[in-house]
Amino acid sequence: MRRVVLVTGVSGDIGSRLARLLADDPAVQRVVGVDVLPPRSDLGRVSFMRADIRNPVIAKVIAGQDVDTVVHLSVEPERGGGGSTRTSAKEHNVIGTMQLLAACQRAAGVQRLVVRSSAAVYGSSSRDPAMFTEDMSAKRQPRSGYAKDVLEVEGYVRGFARRRPDVAVTTLRAADVVGPRVSTPLTDYFRLPVVPTALGYDARLQLLHESDLLAALHQAALDGVHGTFNLSGEGVLMLSQAIRRLGRATVPVPRFALSAVGTVTRQAGVRRLHAELSGYLTFGRGLDTGRMRSVLGFTPEHTTASAFADFGQAVGPGRDRSRSMRRTMATSSGAEHG
Amino acid sequence: MADAEVIPLGTRGKPGRGSGSKRPSAAARTLAGRGPRSVPGARRDPVEQRDGRPDGDSAPGTAPRRKRRAATRTPEEPVAGTDGAPNLEREPRPGSQAGPGPDAGPDAGPGAGPDAGGAPDPEPELGPTAERIREGDPEGGIPVGDWVSALTSAAREVFGERWEPRVAELLALARRRVTGDYHVDEFGFDVELTERFLLAAVRPLADKWFRVEVRGADNIPADGGALVVSNHSGTVPMDGLMTMVSVKDTTGRNLRPLGADLVFRMPFLGELARKGGVTLACNEDAERMLSGGELVGVWPEGYKGIGKPYSQRYKLQRFGRGGFVSAALRTGVPIIPCSVVGAEEIYPLVGNIPALARLVGLPYLPITPFFPLLGPLGLVPLPSKWLIEFGEPIRTDTFAEGAADDPMLVFNVTDQVRETVQQTLYSLLMQRRSVFY
Repeated sequence: MRRVVLVTGVSGDIGSRLARLLADDPAVQRVVGVDVLPPRSDLGRVSFMRADIRNPVIAKVIAGQDVDTVVHLSVEPERGGGGSTRTSAKEHNVIGTMQLLAACQRAAGVQRLVVRSSAAVYGSSSRDPAMFTEDMSAKRQPRSGYAKDVLEVEGYVRGFARRRPDVAVTTLRAADVVGPRVSTPLTDYFRLPVVPTALGYDARLQLLHESDLLAALHQAALDGVHGTFNLSGEGVLMLSQAIRRLGRATVPVPRFALSAVGTVTRQAGVRRLHAELSGYLTFGRGLDTGRMRSVLGFTPEHTTASAFADFGQAVGPGRDRSRSMRRTMATSSGAEHG
Repeated sequence: MADAEVIPLGTRGKPGRGSGSKRPSAAARTLAGRGPRSVPGARRDPVEQRDGRPDGDSAPGTAPRRKRRAATRTPEEPVAGTDGAPNLEREPRPGSQAGPGPDAGPDAGPGAGPDAGGAPDPEPELGPTAERIREGDPEGGIPVGDWVSALTSAAREVFGERWEPRVAELLALARRRVTGDYHVDEFGFDVELTERFLLAAVRPLADKWFRVEVRGADNIPADGGALVVSNHSGTVPMDGLMTMVSVKDTTGRNLRPLGADLVFRMPFLGELARKGGVTLACNEDAERMLSGGELVGVWPEGYKGIGKPYSQRYKLQRFGRGGFVSAALRTGVPIIPCSVVGAEEIYPLVGNIPALARLVGLPYLPITPFFPLLGPLGLVPLPSKWLIEFGEPIRTDTFAEGAADDPMLVFNVTDQVRETVQQTLYSLLMQRRSVFY
């Protein structure tokens, strides 16, 4: 039976690429893309529907299009700029997921649900084990921000899986995604002209290449393996090591000042340092990917190091520094003239 | 007077070239030929001047430094000698590495004086080498040949005859560190940093200060997972460091300690600990390391052991909850009891300020006879004589499946390990002649 796939958050970079990938797959009959914003790039054979998943209209889409596979991608950290605030991001993440799951629960045709979650559910603290397996939980519960959203979303997804045992629910806890095209809080951080680090701490980073995330989502949508899986490249990079590989200058600041630095950089008009990153940049996180390999049957093409190298090539050593400097100067001179 | 007794550093009193080659190099011949014609230029560009100073190593300009490094690699570079470039009217500057001695100083000034304020460089095509040779103001004296010779002979002094590959290897190490081109395992263990820097820094302390004597090192398996269980003492976890060095030096394996979460909460210490191979003392990490075939070290007494008063020295405290035994049982690795004698005396803990400790979030705040009385001086550990004995491995793979979930068995094995360590401590104490030797 050929599948009808609904992809939420299709206007994002990963969303649009995944939708096109699925649309070109012979096992898929039709791909319906849903987002609140129109897609920025050509979606090809994907039929786009401008709908808000916070709205019950999503139930009509699922029922009307005979969707049997739902790929939920729109659990995201707040997108930079565009007036996206924490409140609206939270509403979109949590309320949107609740609406979507409610719609899925009603739709008898839904057989698979793939949720793109994040390793942020594990939090970051000094009491963390070196590697998190899927059945561990955060040692220090995230109390705010994206990590808390993800935690709540996963709670609702578990509830859905309980109420609809016939649906194969795949939750993918992706490590931080890097790559030449993707833009996440972490890639924004590495693109800062001078990279602030937590004084006296060095985080362990585990990264996932954007192409591996796409491949994993693709495979999960078509295979329908039930369960929760960590998704990450092999190996670990220390934060200091990563910055050295990029050839960036660092400025160590006390741990508690990291988020304050984020506010300053945001106001200075440079790229922003997400305040939520500060815990992660202090203690880091490691993911055990055994289940990803054995149960999900997915092997990422990139290791952490090679994914970061690919990202670093796109950023280029120091190039971005001069560019953002110029931009800052342009903004400030513009402000003077205006 | 100045020329007579010049013996360049590193030539071991042999007159002539430090490099030992008979024939002057091409560069030296150029210098010798050009020498008389060269006009001492008093005004040079600042980079050149800075580079010519004896402390030129700190000169920020990168281009001249690159030149010098390139010159260092050339094996037949001229080496400063008394007769190396006879036509050059130059005096080595006092205090430089190639400098001959205190008597060179007075001559340099007058010789350079009259020429000061001379014409600008007439022949720029001479290249930087020849330019630097030119005599001039007292600022610019040392020719590049002297630098090369000084560096070469210094390298030979430090690294021995096979200095070139060793210097190259060191440079490669520095490059790897700066560019981040090294491997870190999933626990954050940085092998290179640990072996080349951390252990190397601690080793003199173990060898010279505490004179650590290791016994029973052959009880540590050469490969595969094993759990070293040791007593804990000394106010500061120095015994962990010393055990790491001892294990490394006797077996070549890296001991991977399990540390309390306090270690990882503290800045700098936590970072260093992760890179040194420490991971959090929890069952998940311990089992992951043991099943990965690592040699894991655990100090089950924890703070109770390390922060106990001096009056209770060498009395083992409670061995935790036996978590280390269940980790060993689950992974089937042997337990190696380890007894450390000497660590109790490095900082005799005679008092504690619990209220202040609670305030700063530490398990105890030590008072020793010298700390905080003598201030920073009180931080110097007493040079006690250390004995580290590794006992016979206790096998855990003979127990039935699910033994780790049998609390009584776990308690029994825990007691067995504890008794072994305690008995070994007593016998080592009997053998010890004195605390300090």
